[in-house]
Amino acid sequence: MISLLAISAAAPEDLSAFGKDPWWLILAKVLAIFLVLVLLTLFNIWFERRVVARMQHRIGPNVHGPFGLLQSLADGVKLALKEDIIPKAADVVVFVLAPVIAAIPAFITFSVIPFGPVVGLPFTDRTTPLQLTDMPMAVLFVMAIASIGIYGIVLGGWASGSTYSLLGGLRSSAQMISYEVAMGLSLVAVFLYAGSMSTSTIVAAQDHVWFGFVLLPSFVIYVISMVGETNRAPFDLPEAEGELVGGFHTEYSSLKFALFFLAEYINMATVSALATTLFLGGWRAPFGIAHVWAGANQDYWPLLWFFGKILLFIFFFVWLRGTLPRLRYDQFMAFGWKVLIPISLVWIMLVATLRVARNEGSFDNLSGPFVPIAAGVVIVICLALMFWPASEKKRPTDQRSGVRREVPRAGGFPVPQLPESGAVRGAAAPLVFEESDR
Amino acid sequence: MIAFWCLAPIMVVAALGILVVRKAVHAALLLAVVMISLAVLYASLEAPFLFAVQIIVYTGAILMLFLFVLMLVGVDASDSLTETIKGHRVAALVVGALFGLTVGLAVGQVGYGTAVGLETANAAGNVPALADLLFSDWVLAFETTSALLITAAVGAMVLAHRERLEPRAGQRELAARRVQEYAESGRHLGPLPAPGVYARHNAVDTPALLPDGSPSELSLNRTLVGRHDDKTPPKDVKAIEKMVESHGEAGR
Repeated sequence: MISLLAISAAAPEDLSAFGKDPWWLILAKVLAIFLVLVLLTLFNIWFERRVVARMQHRIGPNVHGPFGLLQSLADGVKLALKEDIIPKAADVVVFVLAPVIAAIPAFITFSVIPFGPVVGLPFTDRTTPLQLTDMPMAVLFVMAIASIGIYGIVLGGWASGSTYSLLGGLRSSAQMISYEVAMGLSLVAVFLYAGSMSTSTIVAAQDHVWFGFVLLPSFVIYVISMVGETNRAPFDLPEAEGELVGGFHTEYSSLKFALFFLAEYINMATVSALATTLFLGGWRAPFGIAHVWAGANQDYWPLLWFFGKILLFIFFFVWLRGTLPRLRYDQFMAFGWKVLIPISLVWIMLVATLRVARNEGSFDNLSGPFVPIAAGVVIVICLALMFWPASEKKRPTDQRSGVRREVPRAGGFPVPQLPESGAVRGAAAPLVFEESDR
Repeated sequence: MIAFWCLAPIMVVAALGILVVRKAVHAALLLAVVMISLAVLYASLEAPFLFAVQIIVYTGAILMLFLFVLMLVGVDASDSLTETIKGHRVAALVVGALFGLTVGLAVGQVGYGTAVGLETANAAGNVPALADLLFSDWVLAFETTSALLITAAVGAMVLAHRERLEPRAGQRELAARRVQEYAESGRHLGPLPAPGVYARHNAVDTPALLPDGSPSELSLNRTLVGRHDDKTPPKDVKAIEKMVESHGEAGR
């Protein structure tokens, strides 16, 4: 059996494979990433519409192209040809700049995501990693660039000169800062276990066991906060159409709106890719496959696993959107600050303690994956306990709140009183209006 | 060096822009430009961790909070340029020039050679080397700073804290209270009627019409009514028509 406690020391940080590409290869990689992201966005929009349609017993777009795959392309062209409106009250420079600020960071973050291992280029004897670049703090780089992307949304909300947009922008700034804290804390446990913040090293550290299993609480917290971070349902409060029309993008149209749209979908792909890299073994084949088929983790095959895992997360996003109602804003913020962050902190303390104990050799006579799994179980129980009393607690407050509970009228709630002779059966008397003297 | 000469003009222009622009949000944006350029300079000086932290902490969190407050309190109006203190501008110019002179002289007399020791400092990798220093030689300063920050945060919370005198009314209590009010005074249970935005005029200060044609005072926001408190709210459709006409096209 693999000792879960022993997995970390295996992977020292080695970034020597990076930074050796010639300029044409870098250009090719950049172009490939750009192309992949744009195509993935088109695919994801179609995928989301189809999956949501299935969940609602509809069919979804199925006319244009095979399976309706070209529907989002057609929609994109239509969107680009629409009239571009800049409101009178808008701050023009910031208004135009905001969608660009939102979209560019979304693309940049993908430069440190590993798509696969070191592969040989076809037609040459050159080898290169399937990743644009890597850094000793690549995951922090993703967080940093993502935090610049938030500016696009906030500024777009402000510059529109409309109340709905402003409220949407305010909400998103508060929401994203709060959930970025929870997200960052959930990453700390991964850093502790991998001993590095570079994405390729973290993938290398998961060659035996995925961190998603070892660090289950971190994984759960990351998945929750990544939904908050991308403004997706049920956390899509910045663009809650029931309250804010369209939120921060109420006043945007045509290509500018398309950029916001693009940014949202790329961000979804980015957080999914990061989750894959950090918790689900990155480009590594799922369990068992590598044992049966040795070539599963070599050459270009890892691309299959990588995109498969990303699509799994995208499906999860769509599933959430198809099933859950939107949270109320105060509940949402309370959940972030009072539940996710404290649990993260306690969990990090636990992980750090375990790490130190392991480094000091306290577990030398205690083999097997017992300790981290036990800790995980304890945390999950704590999590369950934290949510459990929420539904029970409401009832006693009813007595405390001082609201008198006398029956306001016969029958309790203000329904019309029953006729004295009891309930009437059969057709109701025809409704007659009195003649108004207006 | 290339990074420096590319970024330095941008940073100087942006920094000057902070002083010149009228709107507070624009100034905050330019400050973001300066901060991000600074981060890129850190990266080009082989301090990648500082690069990430500079962006996450300063640009992503602190400046975002600035923006949040600016937007929340609505300080987007342009500043007035009238001098409130006599001789303010001249004094500021003189002091600024003196400060510039001092800085110029001081910097002019300092000579820097090429940086040495970067290789040794980053030998074990930038992040581990930084952690090594932070948690050995500078651990006291690090802990003191964190204690200071926590104290400040707790202090802010204590200052802003308000003791709740009675338990907070939840959704359930509010609903019960509303039903109670209805039973006692007959006050309408549901939400207030929307203004007449969708009826005939596109303005939230136009009251909605009740089924019998009379305007519903409840449908108007009291703040909006208070804004034209020299006028009494309109009493019927004719009065609303007249009010809208007198406002001219502005109200539409």
